Amino acid sequence: MREILNDLDRWRRAGTRAAVARVVDVEGSGPRAPGAAMAVSEDGEVVGSVSGGCVEGAVVTEALEIIDSGDRRIVTFGYSDDDAFAVGLTCGGTIHLFIEPLDW
Amino acid sequence: MTIFDELQQAIRAEEPVALATVVDGANVGAKLLVRPDEDPGGTLGDPDLDRVVARDVLGELAAGTSGVRHYGEHGEARERSVSVFVETFAAPPQLLVFGAVDFTGALVRLGKVLGYRTTVCDAREVFATKARFPFADEVVVDWPHRLLERVGADLGPRDAVCVLTHDPKFDVPAVIAALETDVGYLGAMGSRRTTEDRNRRLRGEGVTDQQLERLMAPIGLDLGARTPEETAVSILAEIIAARTDKPAPSLKDADGSIH
Repeated sequence: MREILNDLDRWRRAGTRAAVARVVDVEGSGPRAPGAAMAVSEDGEVVGSVSGGCVEGAVVTEALEIIDSGDRRIVTFGYSDDDAFAVGLTCGGTIHLFIEPLDW
Repeated sequence: MTIFDELQQAIRAEEPVALATVVDGANVGAKLLVRPDEDPGGTLGDPDLDRVVARDVLGELAAGTSGVRHYGEHGEARERSVSVFVETFAAPPQLLVFGAVDFTGALVRLGKVLGYRTTVCDAREVFATKARFPFADEVVVDWPHRLLERVGADLGPRDAVCVLTHDPKFDVPAVIAALETDVGYLGAMGSRRTTEDRNRRLRGEGVTDQQLERLMAPIGLDLGARTPEETAVSILAEIIAARTDKPAPSLKDADGSIH
């Protein structure tokens, strides 16, 4: 989360609502270790990353929903070979993200 | 101050800090901020859980690891009703570069990219200036071995010392002082002839062959690096390989021309 701290600080100061997604667990091959983080503002600005670009799009959708609902939850992404269009990691691993509003 | 403010303040001050967050179970989202030698901030919702997690987090902080730990509602071990994500923010590792030479600027710049706190040290004040090394966190005008007398005890396995002066007057005492520390990586720049000459002088000062094993000289991997930037890549790659204990081809173990 260190890398996105300045952006989080900027949003907090501006009163911009945002959600933070952090990698909390990785099974098998995963591109980023626990602690990797990305954040999405209510305006749709995105900073940081949680994978090699495989799941960031889906995380934005989840994060915007979480900014609205105020929920906090674990979201899991894994490899899926039965649907070429499903969101997943091409490296074959599974990552668990914790996504929550930046309200703390 | 909020937990976020406290976390940010500690990270900016480069003080070790960890953030524990409940990610599953009761009180999802509850947070505990843990720092060595200070009372934790915030709460996970149960005083016993706070106490146990704070203790465990200090261990993770020392190891620099982040991950999920499981507990009972009151911190019981071997129960899994509460999952806590512990994210540690260790102070950045140190890169000490001795010698204010051409290669130093590139090494410091790329070292910053890899997250090191960088210090340039050279006894010659005309060369050791902040203007010449804008990317260095600190520029010290002093003999390197005297700097190590002050900070050597703080060096550990994550840190690195690179001796780039290739003047035996500075290098020999610097290497001897660095060998006294627990620094994880120690390398010295120079041609094969400079390296042989330095090793001979070091032995003359009582350095053993076993101690010389630790000294990576000529410094860097055998990449055929030529420019200061390429050389910096070869040095930092050797530092990574030393940390991960992977068999990368070091110049030290090769024969012939170094570039």
